[in-house]
Amino acid sequence: MKNVFFLFFLFVVFFAKSSFALVEIDITRGNLNPLPIAVSPLYVESKSSEVLKELEVGSEIAKIIETNLSRSGLFSPLEKDSFVQKPDIAHLKPRFEDWKLIKAQALITGKVNITSEKLRIEFRLWDVLAAKEIMALAFTTVPDNWRRVAHIITDKIYKRLTGEDGYFDTRIIYVAEKGPKNQRIKKLAIMDQDGKNTKYLTLGNELVLTPRFNPTNQMVTYMSYFRNLPRVYLLDIETGVQEVVGEFPGMTFAPRFSPDGKKIIMSFAKDGNSDIFTMNLETRVVERITEHPAIDTSPSYSPDGKYICFNSDRSGYQQIYVMRSDGSDVKRITFGQGIYGTPVWSPRGDLIAFTKMYKNRFYIGVMRIDGSGERLLTENYYQEAPSWSPNGRVLIFYRETKSGSQGEGFSATLWSIDLTGYNERLVETLTDASDPSWSSLLSK
Amino acid sequence: MVLGNSIRSILLLIMAAIILSACAAKTTKKVGDYSISQISGDTYTGDETVKYLATGVPDRVFFATNKSILTTASRDTLRKQAAWLRENKNINITVEGHCDERGTREYNLALGERRANAAKDYLMTYGISGNRISVISYGKERPVNAGSGPLAWSQNRRSVTVKAN
Repeated sequence: MKNVFFLFFLFVVFFAKSSFALVEIDITRGNLNPLPIAVSPLYVESKSSEVLKELEVGSEIAKIIETNLSRSGLFSPLEKDSFVQKPDIAHLKPRFEDWKLIKAQALITGKVNITSEKLRIEFRLWDVLAAKEIMALAFTTVPDNWRRVAHIITDKIYKRLTGEDGYFDTRIIYVAEKGPKNQRIKKLAIMDQDGKNTKYLTLGNELVLTPRFNPTNQMVTYMSYFRNLPRVYLLDIETGVQEVVGEFPGMTFAPRFSPDGKKIIMSFAKDGNSDIFTMNLETRVVERITEHPAIDTSPSYSPDGKYICFNSDRSGYQQIYVMRSDGSDVKRITFGQGIYGTPVWSPRGDLIAFTKMYKNRFYIGVMRIDGSGERLLTENYYQEAPSWSPNGRVLIFYRETKSGSQGEGFSATLWSIDLTGYNERLVETLTDASDPSWSSLLSK
Repeated sequence: MVLGNSIRSILLLIMAAIILSACAAKTTKKVGDYSISQISGDTYTGDETVKYLATGVPDRVFFATNKSILTTASRDTLRKQAAWLRENKNINITVEGHCDERGTREYNLALGERRANAAKDYLMTYGISGNRISVISYGKERPVNAGSGPLAWSQNRRSVTVKAN
């Protein structure tokens, strides 16, 4: 018996060792060992006289890739001081033994050609242990776009090594906040997912809440108190033009787009009661989806557009319900202890993320679409409103701190956490922030 | 011997009475810096944040957590508001609905709306025309007390009547 076990052990070790030949990461497991990866600064082939500026681009692109990969929690970028090969030589033919020595399992090298009109970026992904190139791609674009190319390259690398779509060429829309706690100034803000390129889309003269992207990431729907009339609005990110959605004779709020981008789904409050409605943006036809004396809000479509999950207190307290997109077949899916809110359907279609409140603590969690398999990912004094990354693997949400009796010490911040419950981290913003929402991949 | 037993029983009874009355003497509790004596049935009953539309007419009513039910005190306040509105027929009002910070943002917008409408409906049953009353919910966006604790939260769960013209 012992011999069999010993043989089996050898068998496993042998095969386990050979599986390292092709570097791969399984992101569904918890408690991973981040993959040691070396990101060599991109070598710049200079044809113009602005040599210094171009040299910066090469290392800046590498830095973005490195920071992205590190922030995913799946990769451990190695210190550049230990790199033995220079970027130009490494890009042509890496001396794998040198890279193995510093414990790299994967290597990224690249080359940049930049003129005043054009930027060409080439990169290669190498499997150090197998000593071979596993990916080589080139991108041509305008020089201003260099950050986006770095994010797109990260997505390519991430996909090649994990098998999953990445989430790095994306933006986050959120509410930038400041001022005393009882008189907050709020503006719509948009930034790259790495916190850079922040732009403000409104001036802060009226309260704005809960912004969400449309599927093409060109429009935003949100709620505004413009002229002291709380309503759902539509904003064109490019032109800045804002328009109120529909002509509702009362407050509309909690808006989202349908997966095909043709409708906005939202709550409409009449005579104290809030029900869910949709409006077709083209035909302007308004459809009632729920009809119940209880509060119905926070609607979110399944990615195939066939179902809607929403928040209702029809059973006495906030719970999560699922119904067909025409409003039929309403089923409650939360039966656990505590109360549930802000349901949001994963872009993968398999899970619903939510906020849970229990014994004066707040939780961000996920559950299967029938309500089973509830998993709480993080607990806090106050946090809510998760939003999914486009690959359905990461959630972004916001937290508020407890404050003193005059509101001192209050802050609102954005946080992200992996579906596994690991890699909880602060998402840096220029100001206090709340109500984050993740775009889909910009390059799709 | 019987008498001795009776005296002992009486003494025990007296001791018990003294101990019990000592417990009953406590009517306010202190939690942190806040006195909970201003909250009853999870509803604020104090007047720290109350303003007045006219002499003797408070401008606001308060609610328990997650609720939009009007307490006896709330109905009393609203009857006074209705009387004042009947005397001043040219005044229109806006009723604001508010929530504390311990809830999700979107649901709180709906709950604020429900609270404001509860107050509006009650005013209407006392003869005030719905045309004179508009409603706005601020959810949890405009707390009157910026603190974090049961007292602040109870002061923020409110419906406030504001002159509109």
